[in-house]
Amino acid sequence: MTALPDRDRARRLLWQMLHIRRFEEKCVEVYGAQKIRGFMHLYIGEEAVATGVMEHLRPEDAVVATYREHGQALARGVPAGAVMAEMYGKVEGCARGRGGSMHIFDAGTRFYGGNAIVGGGMPLAVGLALADSMQQRPNVTACFFGEGAVAEGEFHESMNLAALWKLPVLFVCENNLYAMGTALAISEASTDIAGKARCYNVASAVVDGMDVLAVSEAAAEAVATVRAGRPFLLECRTYRFRPHSMFDAELYRSKEEVAEWKTRDPIPAFLGRMQAAGVLTADDARVVEQEVDAAVAGAVAFAEAGTWEPVADLMRFVESEGVRP
Amino acid sequence: MTPAGVRTMTYRDAVREGLRQALQRDPRVFLMGEDVGHYGGCFAVSRGLLAEFGPARIRDTPLSESAFTGAGIGASLGGMRPIVEIMTGNFSLLALDQIMNTAATLLHMSGGQFNVPLVIRMATGGGKQLAAQHSHSLEGWFAHIPGITIATPATLEDGFGMLATALAHPDPVLIFENQTLYNMEGTLADDAGPVDLTRAAVRRAGTDVTILTYGASLHKSLEAATALAQEGVSAEVVDLRVLRPLDDQTIMASIARTHRVLVVDEGWRSGGISAEISARIHEQVFYELDRPVARLCTAEVPIPYAKHLEDAALPQVATIVESVRTLVRAHA
Amino acid sequence: MPDFLMPSLGADMAAGTLVAWRVAPGQVVARGDIVAEVETEKGLIDIECFEPGTVEALHVAPGAKVQVGARMATIRSEGGAAPKASPPLPSPVTQTLTAGPDTGRRVRVSPAARARAQALGIDLAGIAGSGPSGAIELADIDRLAAVASPAAAGTVVAPDEGLAPIRRAIAAAMSRSKREIPHYYLQSRIDMNAALAWLRRENEQRSITDRILPAVVLLRATARALRDVPVLNGYWIDGQHRPVEEIHLGFAIALRGGGLVAPALHDVDRKSCDALMAELRDLIPRARAGRLRSSEMTDATATVTSMGDGGAESVLGVIYPPQVALVGFGRILDQPWAERGAVVVRPVIAASLAADHRATDGHLGARFLDALNRHLQTPEQP
Repeated sequence: MTALPDRDRARRLLWQMLHIRRFEEKCVEVYGAQKIRGFMHLYIGEEAVATGVMEHLRPEDAVVATYREHGQALARGVPAGAVMAEMYGKVEGCARGRGGSMHIFDAGTRFYGGNAIVGGGMPLAVGLALADSMQQRPNVTACFFGEGAVAEGEFHESMNLAALWKLPVLFVCENNLYAMGTALAISEASTDIAGKARCYNVASAVVDGMDVLAVSEAAAEAVATVRAGRPFLLECRTYRFRPHSMFDAELYRSKEEVAEWKTRDPIPAFLGRMQAAGVLTADDARVVEQEVDAAVAGAVAFAEAGTWEPVADLMRFVESEGVRP
Repeated sequence: MTPAGVRTMTYRDAVREGLRQALQRDPRVFLMGEDVGHYGGCFAVSRGLLAEFGPARIRDTPLSESAFTGAGIGASLGGMRPIVEIMTGNFSLLALDQIMNTAATLLHMSGGQFNVPLVIRMATGGGKQLAAQHSHSLEGWFAHIPGITIATPATLEDGFGMLATALAHPDPVLIFENQTLYNMEGTLADDAGPVDLTRAAVRRAGTDVTILTYGASLHKSLEAATALAQEGVSAEVVDLRVLRPLDDQTIMASIARTHRVLVVDEGWRSGGISAEISARIHEQVFYELDRPVARLCTAEVPIPYAKHLEDAALPQVATIVESVRTLVRAHA
Repeated sequence: MPDFLMPSLGADMAAGTLVAWRVAPGQVVARGDIVAEVETEKGLIDIECFEPGTVEALHVAPGAKVQVGARMATIRSEGGAAPKASPPLPSPVTQTLTAGPDTGRRVRVSPAARARAQALGIDLAGIAGSGPSGAIELADIDRLAAVASPAAAGTVVAPDEGLAPIRRAIAAAMSRSKREIPHYYLQSRIDMNAALAWLRRENEQRSITDRILPAVVLLRATARALRDVPVLNGYWIDGQHRPVEEIHLGFAIALRGGGLVAPALHDVDRKSCDALMAELRDLIPRARAGRLRSSEMTDATATVTSMGDGGAESVLGVIYPPQVALVGFGRILDQPWAERGAVVVRPVIAASLAADHRATDGHLGARFLDALNRHLQTPEQP
């Protein structure tokens, strides 16, 4: 059993998870109103993973994520308004409306996306760590990916390269059991992801991804290993409560299975335990709810008030500016 | 007798000298790729560099084109100036995801936040009897991708100097070194330096016809121009040097002088760079043309092993001469 | 062919603007009926149809600029019989060389050659190109430019865009003539005593309004001489000499605003002086008003230019392509004339022949002038 947090930390963890949850629920709402378009993949149900891991990263560390990255972006500290505005396609978005839901980028928090090629971010993370290693900077690069990426060659190449060159990469596998609609069991001969990492001499651990304190504790150990100059793979067993993206009939899993996982919803589970232990009160929870609602409303208002990039600027950022005549 | 101030060397030596000087100049620069260190480079380009710069900067990689190319992207984002060597153009396809989906895309997709100052070198082209998985010229194909620069150094000066310019460039540059050029001998000035990466170069002036080409075909075209001069045909030979962005200005200016143009392309014809060049010519200087644009490309076949078949597949001096003859011949 | 196309009314015509339809759908038309009025560079021209039939549809609205060869109307032949092929237009350059609908046989010109020709004011019509499939290329234009301006090839001054259309048209046609046609010139002085005496006698029997002008006598004599030397009557088209049987003489008429046109008088050799005079009376004011018929614009098989009173003593003309001969008459002057060892005063005219050396030689030309002299000495012959 993990150690109890103090009130401030408990409040922070609750706030973060709830913020992700309410933010994405709002995304669903405005998506329905056609304010957001394109593919949108929700993190609802998996909030404990990003929340627990980000606790242990420093501002100078780097984060590489996938197309299901609203949670990581918010937990990392990318301003919610900039994330929402990005999904709106507004120029005030964190990628000036050029990325959308799948491509959140933020130089200020060293948040390198937002990569929608499964496994595609992993070599990038290896390279970021290589740069840190070659420049003797004690930084960590946290690389989030789903269990589906394990089937990609880039997973194996990156594991090997990170171990071979002793690079400070924290590989965080968010194992939510389904690569879109393909269950891990029907796509992998061996479903032991942590075991695959060990084959490459990458230290690894498995943790309950629905328990934010468990994730946090495991991440603390993993980050310590990484900061010492070795890669680490942390497999977080989690579950997404929502469909893969907005248009998914969920033919590949049963309602009962979803309902069963929802009984382990990380947010009420955490709050219940904190209240039972007397760390947080019902009032604390209410205040957090109110703060989160206000933050989400603020993000939406920011996005709504945003502007469109002039079409005349379409060709900007294909190449660095001021280089060619 | 080599004149003072220049050294006689091969193209390979010139590229190696470019690498060496880049490594000496900037501690952020490092070379990584398959067999670049202990083996000395598949084409011996990096031979001796491991001893000089050590394994951290002359970094042998596993056969993981995608991972080490992606690592090059990440390292460049992290403040390094990596030079990724991909053994041959064909192998670059294993890294295509990283080149196209990340290196070329990141700056725009991130709204201008993350530029990728990455240099990727690779050997390209046929002519060495290496058959259908080591011989293709895919540079024209990569030139389709916005956000990257495609350089095709054909001379010692460019083999040496393009690297420095590419390393100073804030965005990805792919350098395609034709593998038949590595043994080519020439001279390099002692004070050779970075060269421009935007302009084509008129390598031989002429008045009757323009030959647009690059890479190994530059030298075949120059030889063809010499032969054609014996017949009274004055061919201007333009070395494209950079396939993206294309130097329209130099191309069109030459055509305005000669009114007839042959594009000699090391790649395949369909959808190739010669098609792009031809389209631009029609768009920009249609009224300068006295004949339709002619193209001589690599035959649309996987490059075969047997020498006579490979020779027949690639543009050659004789076929360039014949193409120009057809282009200038009067019919009545 | 039920399609009625915009005819080419001259070597230099690329398009015309429809001013008015003279027929309506459903109307039955006879050969020669005026179908439409078309504004050209040379003025308003009545366009006739060449086949009887029924107008089915009009495809072009007044005001529209119509390229030569483009469909204007559908005229269905009567009885559904296979329509006779359209009479061949004498102009060899019915293709439009500028933009326009494909007339079926597009002249191949390289873009660079086209651009240079335009800059130099060179008409591409009828040029034999040296490129693939006869395409006209830069070298062809440069050769022509060198001929047009031997002193400085390539510095030929382009016709001013500000020129009146009629001037541009003349410039184009005459440039082409001088560029393509190797002219040779012959000249004879002819005693007009017999002809003028006959004319006086004839006119004495006529009212003032019906009087015959000397020009008619000259035209008739020219037509008869051409009948004697038929190789001078016809065209040079596509590198071939094509004499024709009908003798339609173009008659140069100076326009008041400057310039000239040479509409055709048809079958001059078979018409009486009175008939010719009547035609001339009709033709001259119409030409000056810019209301010529299309057949008059295109049918001439040879051209006559006559200086008339107050004109110069002699004229050496420029052949109107694709014709092969032009006959010129100077002013009739009383001149000393040697006859049977004595010098007398006679009305004398300088008659000249400009002929295409590709088609004929001076020997034949001399025979023509000889025949012309003979016919002028016997004007009374019917």
